[in-house]
Amino acid sequence: MSEPLLAIEDLTVSFRTPRGPVLANNHLSLAVGQGETLGIVGESGSGKSVLCRAILRLLPSPPADITARAMRFGGRDLLKLKPAEMRAIRGQDIAMVFQNPMTSLNPVWPIGDQVSEGLRIHRGIGRAAARKAAVDILKRVGIPSAEVRVDDYPYQWSGGMMQRAVIAMAMTGQPKLLLADEPTTALDVTIQDQILSLLMELQRETGMAIILVSHDMSVISETCDRVAVMYAGSIVEMGEAATIFHAPKHPYTHALLRSIPHLDAREGRLATIGGQPPDLSRPEPGCPFAPRCPVASAECRALPIALKTLPNGQATACHFPERVADLDRRLAS
Amino acid sequence: MVASTEAQPRRSNPIFREIASWSGSLRAGAFIMLVIVLAAIFAPLIAPFDPNEQDFNAILMPPGWPHLFGTDSLGRDIFSRVLYGARIDLVIGFFTTYVPMTYGVILGAYAGYRGGWFDTVLMRILDVAMAFPFLVLIIVILAILGPGVQNIYISVFILAWTMYARLARAEMMVERTKDYVTAVKILGFPQRRIIFRHGLPNVINSSIVFSASDFVLNILLVSGLSFLGLGIQPPEPEWGAMIAEGRDFIRQAWWMATMPGLAILATGVALALIGDGLAQRLGERHHTTV
Repeated sequence: MSEPLLAIEDLTVSFRTPRGPVLANNHLSLAVGQGETLGIVGESGSGKSVLCRAILRLLPSPPADITARAMRFGGRDLLKLKPAEMRAIRGQDIAMVFQNPMTSLNPVWPIGDQVSEGLRIHRGIGRAAARKAAVDILKRVGIPSAEVRVDDYPYQWSGGMMQRAVIAMAMTGQPKLLLADEPTTALDVTIQDQILSLLMELQRETGMAIILVSHDMSVISETCDRVAVMYAGSIVEMGEAATIFHAPKHPYTHALLRSIPHLDAREGRLATIGGQPPDLSRPEPGCPFAPRCPVASAECRALPIALKTLPNGQATACHFPERVADLDRRLAS
Repeated sequence: MVASTEAQPRRSNPIFREIASWSGSLRAGAFIMLVIVLAAIFAPLIAPFDPNEQDFNAILMPPGWPHLFGTDSLGRDIFSRVLYGARIDLVIGFFTTYVPMTYGVILGAYAGYRGGWFDTVLMRILDVAMAFPFLVLIIVILAILGPGVQNIYISVFILAWTMYARLARAEMMVERTKDYVTAVKILGFPQRRIIFRHGLPNVINSSIVFSASDFVLNILLVSGLSFLGLGIQPPEPEWGAMIAEGRDFIRQAWWMATMPGLAILATGVALALIGDGLAQRLGERHHTTV
């Protein structure tokens, strides 16, 4: 395999708080290839958004402490760049789309101005050319009669349209990598689908890579090539999307998949994962999922975890991946 | 077909639409203020007498004809003096409000966004400036510099920006964590552009609302200082100075102090109504967009 677009090795992010350091990302390593879609799933507070912000170096320090052996993007180490170089990368090479489109646009300026502002700053194009570029790109992301609506203000648009505008804004720099932090969570289901297909379309056209963060397993399974499952700041399982969804090798992934409600199973309670995620300010020595894990044993609570690759290419942090297969059998009986 | 709609100008002029959306208090305040401003601008045309012309045959005349508001102890026409006084008071009120507001908001917004040493230093300066009563500090500065309009400007410019800096800083600290700020940060925009083009328009509302009441307070301040003899010097027809002169004659000629007092009152009410209306309107707009 050639050099990946983004390669993160051993990334640790902790926040200094009055109660002591909180470990939000714990020795993460991952790679994203050119044009690939990597999904990141995990429940709230598992460190997904922190990871995105760490890649873009958006976390203010203090309180954040970021360390990594390397965070290479296109051959350059993002952690060693000067602020001006990082700004150039942000505008052009890496872009981001947020969870809530309603707050991602500045309420006081017309949408067209905001969409084309990046072009005016980074390419130095004039007002008329910028307006034309804004209309073109708004058309591209599926805004009807963009020539007229380019002068609208954000409050005149619906959530789905605004998310399209935010995507348009992100696309103006022709990024090589798009970080999509729960881009569909604030939208209703039909719009979710449209936004996801728009992202996939744009990816096919431009060949950019996407990191799609979500807590929605169905969103991830529809769109991603590979998946990383995060729990308590660590990646607990990573591999091809199809493999992970059919044969998870970590009890947490298994539990997540089981907790997706099915329309055909009317009777009974929704499946949940018992217990609470661990307190990230007081790390335990062993596996962070051990207290909630149905197949944990004494070793799990004592031995630190590390991602290990199985023969089929799947990587898991579980000490006893073979026990996951037992879970289904146990549940069935 | 486009031409036909353009040929008939509809009453959808943006100014009409804007006024149509104003609340009652905003309209009432704006109307009174407009009357006062027009009176100030056209004072030479409206005023029946020269404001400083003394007529010893008409001393302390009660309100009536031809002296609508009566005359003062030197026989000057109070109506004319009140009109000319509007020029002085409104101009001073305007500059003492909006000059400090301009740099106060800019400094506050910058500090709120950047934080760090700049913010700390600015806030300590503010703490010191705000620890003393405003009027006392102004009087101290005027005592050092000497009375007069120019020195009122200087002393107010030194002190009055603090409130605006406070407001803008607090709002910017909220604003800078919002997604749209992060979004433009991710687009790699320079910090100055993020603060002043994207942040500032979103933090200025509370300062605009505050400026309406600050305007009144500044007119009262100048009137107060003139009353104390530290501001506008006689014979200039300043409202506060006129009240001070009328104080000695309050038993014989109540109109001497009352008429300029009513002018201050009307201006104050108008600005208060505007401030109220703006607070409602800007708050409302905030509500619908977020």
